[in-house]
Amino acid sequence: MLNKYPLWKNLLIVFLLALAVVYSVPNLYPPDPAIQITPNQAGAELSERTLEKIRANLKENKIDFFGEEVTGGTVLFRLTDSEQQLPAKDKLQRALSDEFVVALNRAPTTPQWLLDLGAGPMTLGLDLSGGVHFLMEVDMEGYMKGQMKNYQAEVKRQLREEDIRYRRVTIEDNSLRVSFKSEKLQEEGDSYLRRSMTDFRANTETNETFDVIIALTEQKRKDLQNYAVKQNLTTIRNRVNELGVAEPLVQRQGSNRIVVQLPGVQDTATAKKVLGKAANLSFRLEAEADASRYSSEEYGFRTNDFRTARVEKDEIISGDRVTNAQPSFDETGQPQVNISLDSTGANIMAKVTRKSIKRRMAVLFIEQKPSTRYEMQDGKEVTITSYTESRGIISLATIQSQLGSSFRITGLDPAEASELALLLRAGALAAPMYFVEERTVGPSLGKDNIEQGVTSVLVGLSLVLFFMMVFYRLFGFFANVALFFNLVILIALMSLIGATLTLPGIAGIVLTVGMAVDANVLIFSRIREEMNAGRSPQHAINEGYNRAFVTIFDANITTLIVAVILFAVGTGPVKGFAVTLSLGIITSMFTAIVLTRALVNSTYGGRRIKTLSIGGLKKRDDLETEIIAGEIK
Amino acid sequence: MAKELNFDFMKLRNVAMIFSAILLIISIASLATRGLHLGLDFTGGTLLEVSYQQPANIQDIRSKLEASGFMDTTVQNFGSETDVLIRMAEAYRDTLGAEVLEALRVGTLNDGKSLNDVELRRSEFVGSQVGEELRDQGGLALLMALFVVMLYVAFRFQFKFSVGAVLALFHDVVIILGLFSLFQWDFDLTVFAALLAVVGYSLNDTIVVADRIRENFRVVRKGDAIEIINISLNQTLGRTIMTSLTTALVLLALMFLGGELIHNFALGLFIGVIVGTYSSIYVAANILIMMNISREDLIPAELEEELDENP
Repeated sequence: MLNKYPLWKNLLIVFLLALAVVYSVPNLYPPDPAIQITPNQAGAELSERTLEKIRANLKENKIDFFGEEVTGGTVLFRLTDSEQQLPAKDKLQRALSDEFVVALNRAPTTPQWLLDLGAGPMTLGLDLSGGVHFLMEVDMEGYMKGQMKNYQAEVKRQLREEDIRYRRVTIEDNSLRVSFKSEKLQEEGDSYLRRSMTDFRANTETNETFDVIIALTEQKRKDLQNYAVKQNLTTIRNRVNELGVAEPLVQRQGSNRIVVQLPGVQDTATAKKVLGKAANLSFRLEAEADASRYSSEEYGFRTNDFRTARVEKDEIISGDRVTNAQPSFDETGQPQVNISLDSTGANIMAKVTRKSIKRRMAVLFIEQKPSTRYEMQDGKEVTITSYTESRGIISLATIQSQLGSSFRITGLDPAEASELALLLRAGALAAPMYFVEERTVGPSLGKDNIEQGVTSVLVGLSLVLFFMMVFYRLFGFFANVALFFNLVILIALMSLIGATLTLPGIAGIVLTVGMAVDANVLIFSRIREEMNAGRSPQHAINEGYNRAFVTIFDANITTLIVAVILFAVGTGPVKGFAVTLSLGIITSMFTAIVLTRALVNSTYGGRRIKTLSIGGLKKRDDLETEIIAGEIK
Repeated sequence: MAKELNFDFMKLRNVAMIFSAILLIISIASLATRGLHLGLDFTGGTLLEVSYQQPANIQDIRSKLEASGFMDTTVQNFGSETDVLIRMAEAYRDTLGAEVLEALRVGTLNDGKSLNDVELRRSEFVGSQVGEELRDQGGLALLMALFVVMLYVAFRFQFKFSVGAVLALFHDVVIILGLFSLFQWDFDLTVFAALLAVVGYSLNDTIVVADRIRENFRVVRKGDAIEIINISLNQTLGRTIMTSLTTALVLLALMFLGGELIHNFALGLFIGVIVGTYSSIYVAANILIMMNISREDLIPAELEEELDENP
């Protein structure tokens, strides 16, 4: 029994440990408090004059700064004192007015050579950095209603085009009921709809009228909803970018929710205003002079209360078909807005506008406006927040030619053009959303949480290190080295995969510290046992590691199963805990088994030894009698 | 520790059974009558944490909130005398934090000093449907974890072991829930995570013991099941104590130094470690005896293990 690791194995271990050190080191560089300034939409620009203004303002207010960085249209100023971060933000925001967004940031100070290796610090969760967390839910019911309305209009249009006379088309949940006058028309309609509406399953029903019912297929419904969430995700991302927050997180959660985390933000009202602009657009033709009340509606203009226009009830397309809208100038220098549509939107737009040249097209802006009222219920006053829909025309322009995937609206003044473009972009939310969860963590709480987390890790760790040394002597020291590297590898992995460190995540690390020594305790007590049973030290080491391995493996796999389930089912903080716990289990298997073995082998391996510094061994002379005593019992 | 341990664990198994039964009955009774004091994560609602410079006067805060028209609020200290948690049934709105601060800043302290030094630490709003979903998902996750673990243990060991392991886990989970119900400690999402971590931890313990029992059935030729289990428990006792000790130590560090937000998480785990250690001895092993575990039960497992050791 030699207990020697081949050289390559030792080198591999050293290499892995070195790698772990490199990738965990960025976390040791504390970030600088910083102020980030981003131009707010069109018009504003980060010119040298603006930068000069910022510098002068900071100097005037005696705020020390350094390391000015301009990247992709935003500028970052590092501050020497984190206490000055908030006052600096307020002062600058006032000085720069609304043309710029001034946000708090934490600028990493990782050295360049580490950045070149792809290393970087872990991102801190909101509970540690402070900030706002929103959970928004897509209003699927409202969205599906809107979709069914579109289909309704589509069916009517197609039947008219095909000259199949119908009585009416009504919406029933996720299906449309098309009523006909006669059986012949019903048959005709049925066979036509079967061919043209491929997203639907058609059925006939004959009661008082001759009906064809087409129901949306389950697959299409899922696709639509998926599309809605994805589209909203993109829109929300754009809106968050407009906020100019450093390192925001916008993520889908489950089937119909979106998580938004804005580190460093304290002003929830503004954030919500931008995120919750529950707005949509509706492109419609202006009603013809002889249009009936049933097919047209009258709306006011958004900016002019006295001007109204009558538009058709059927919409051409809604705002979710708009992919982009930008203000610009035409060849003659006149302001205009360029609008781009997706392919479906472009097709519909082309079909409709082909026949409507010289008619006017209106763009309706639909907003959800919250209104709060107070009501007495059971003698208590309750607050009821309700949302009312407000609709206003933002543009009414004559169609000059057939429109396709991109077209423009002209005849505006520059301010109107930029306002219109902004509204058109804001309308790109596919489905209405509302807030279901909202959390803010103050910056002082975040700071406390980090301090407390780090303290508890350190205290817990030192207690464990102490006890291991006392109980297992030199072997305890090996286990401690392993434990230390376990933490290093864990942090390196978390930094590499870009995991977010949260308070429960720290708890997971602490728990890993406690549990990681278990493997070593198992191995060491096994070695002791083998020694006490009279085996030679080399043999005992080998047996100890081999026999304990099966146990360690079984025990860790089951814990891993639980951690994975926790990850799959949990959200937010629970996920953070599950990530650290499962990574910790895997890394601890490596350090507790392979690393300690390497240390033990290089200390004891390959030579004759009489005893081991592991504690709890009986004197060799007593062995014989003790074993017998144990056996008789 | 150098002494050969020879404690007759199984002699106490009837006492332990009665003890466990009493704990379980109290837990279930408390859960049935008092229920859990569910945190915001599960109930939905609005919560604000404010912090004062000096120790806060809870009664004063309550009356001030009421005077400003905030009904149905729960005000309690959070971790320290200066931190206060306010839970309210109020529907959330953006200005709520500011409104509450306004209300709290009204008037003066008894000694006439101004109360202007109150700061908003955090505000949380959880929609009721989110809470409801979490409750369902949580229960489901727990059942799923128990089921998968049972399958794994049955596959790696033997069916009787998996019954013992799962009943031990069930025992631990119910007792932790029972204690949280009995003392009406806040049961939030982090405590739920702790509960699942306990499942992992307690299982770890149970498997180490089971592993040794399996090995001893093979190695020790003499003795009945009770004796073999006793030997196994004694052999693993050193390790059990050591691991429980180190884990308990770090948990104590978390509990007292980690801050109020994870206090209950650490508390849940701490109870779990103690109950889990106890249950792997007295519940898991006890059930093996009650199910008449015998050498024959482990013959297939024996083959399997030999395969494992000689790959």
